[in-house]
Amino acid sequence: MDRQDLLSLYRQMLLIRRFEEKSAEMYALAKIAGFLHLYIGEEAIAVGAIAAIRPDDYVISAYRDHGHCLARGSDPGRVMAELFGKATGLCKGKGGSMHLIDARRNFMGGYAIVGGHLPLATGLAFAAQYRKRGQVVLCFFGEGAVPSGQAHEAFNLAALWKLPVIFVCENNRYAMGTPIKLGIALYSNVAETARSYGIQAERVDGMDVLAVRALMRGVVEKVRATQGPYFVEAMTYRFMGHSMADPAHGHYRTKEEVDEERKRDPVLLLRQTILNAGLGTEADFKQLEKEVGEIVAAAVKFADESPFPAPSALYEDVYVE
Amino acid sequence: MLISYREALNQAMREEMRRDDRVFLIGEEVGYYQGAFKVSKGFVEEFGPQRVLDTPITEAGFTGLAIGAAMAGLHPIVELMTFNFGILALDQIVNNAAKIRYMSGGQLSVPLVIRGPGSAAHQLAAQHSQSLEAWFCHVPGLKVIAPATPHDAKGLLKSAIRDPNPVIFIEAQLLYGTKGEVAEGEYTIPIGRAEVKRIGHDVTIVAYSKMLLLALEAADELAREGIQAEVVDPRTLKPLDLETIAASVKKTGRLVIVEEGWRVAGLGAQIAESLYTLVFDYLDGPIVRVTGEDVPMPYTRPLEDAAIPDRPRVLSAVRAVFKRT
Repeated sequence: MDRQDLLSLYRQMLLIRRFEEKSAEMYALAKIAGFLHLYIGEEAIAVGAIAAIRPDDYVISAYRDHGHCLARGSDPGRVMAELFGKATGLCKGKGGSMHLIDARRNFMGGYAIVGGHLPLATGLAFAAQYRKRGQVVLCFFGEGAVPSGQAHEAFNLAALWKLPVIFVCENNRYAMGTPIKLGIALYSNVAETARSYGIQAERVDGMDVLAVRALMRGVVEKVRATQGPYFVEAMTYRFMGHSMADPAHGHYRTKEEVDEERKRDPVLLLRQTILNAGLGTEADFKQLEKEVGEIVAAAVKFADESPFPAPSALYEDVYVE
Repeated sequence: MLISYREALNQAMREEMRRDDRVFLIGEEVGYYQGAFKVSKGFVEEFGPQRVLDTPITEAGFTGLAIGAAMAGLHPIVELMTFNFGILALDQIVNNAAKIRYMSGGQLSVPLVIRGPGSAAHQLAAQHSQSLEAWFCHVPGLKVIAPATPHDAKGLLKSAIRDPNPVIFIEAQLLYGTKGEVAEGEYTIPIGRAEVKRIGHDVTIVAYSKMLLLALEAADELAREGIQAEVVDPRTLKPLDLETIAASVKKTGRLVIVEEGWRVAGLGAQIAESLYTLVFDYLDGPIVRVTGEDVPMPYTRPLEDAAIPDRPRVLSAVRAVFKRT
């Protein structure tokens, strides 16, 4: 284990955590509106998986997409500005929280129709293969997307045409409030769904960033070499509600359950790993906390001081002229 | 060169695929079967299975795949066996293809064509006989084309393939076998430009796709009664060339719109609204629409005939316009 490497992973996860906490705060202040789905509790998956790919690979996600976008290296200021609906946002304020897109980083977007972006992921993989560029596609989605028809159509095409796409299922065990047992026939083994199409699948502890990255490195290598799809079920838990409209524990789950899951907070787990290995000190964490705090504060300041789009922007970008 | 509508589409795609290796064809039965309506005859032999892809019967899956490929810079042509099956891909078309440009603030684009036959053929019953162009025209971000002649089909399909936006290209099963003169050599027809197919000065008839042929037949008959109808084919339904239609109505003072689709919220209602805004003062009477009947298409021939606009209905609509003025 390497000190710099571990602290870098920690820093990325901490950035997402603090960014999300600040987003919730900004939502309460009505600086952010609409739907806001926080990634708190699931950071290890985006950070671990994206650490395993190349800059020219593609990443695509669902509506809970801030974590993937930040892990891909997007400027937190431009991400926050997008949440604020500002002209300086990644998408000029036209996408918002659920549709972050950063094309320069091949971050192809957040999509908010459950299951609808899995076919897009197969298309990105098809293009990568068509051009023989050796790229792979990371496609993130929640377990709620797995039973959707579009997901199955995508699994079948990916397996049939041997497309270099890695389906990363973030299994946080709840749709909004509907538990997985009430939504998926194979609820105890979601990965089996993919195997039934001949797609290799594995399950990983999605709270352990090192485990996620280690698995993903192997998976990415295989997919790049064999050009076949892969399915990874990352077991995780959403510490916050489904969206800002939903409290952390509503009628559908108890405070005790949430508290119990929080003991396996991915940020704290990595922190403990680093401390146990003697590769970092409280002073290091304090320093990182300070740095990340400054980045998030600067992002808010940038977003707040940025202008809203001019009215003339309304009809821009509907078509390529 | 006298060729069929089917052959015109085949030539357009073949020329564009030879010209640009980013273009590929994907859909059910487009390869070894040569296309359900034989539009892609000879394609898999010429371009190989990497560029002519037979898909499973999963419209959302393969349309979504094509959209993803377009986001990455390829130029797919999606063949829907019919637009009825395109309903299964509506989420992909409406929520992804049409919106990705806008949602990304102009970072991404989706250059693809989704083509196939719409409207009724003969006795295919309710699920295979629908004119859904108004649905697509309703959605910002899409362009919609519905050519009637082989010449227009070829030139517009080539333009559609080169267009950097998602284009819905609606053909018709009953047009595939129709023949017409097509210009020799390389040509394209700009998207968004209507054409006056018959010059007249008494009444304007706007009609597209199969209904254009009906309108032209009706115009011939009207001429024998001494009514000179001007027939305008929008060819592109979105963006609509209102200027050309308005210019015609300014001259004739009368407008009849013929469409095969359902009456309620049909495309003709939109055309009429636009024209009222543009040329109200030039109109000698109300705009009249001839449309399909608001029923699921019946199978049996007499009822099917009753559900689709025909020559007598176009003629009586035109005569009615004259009675009122």
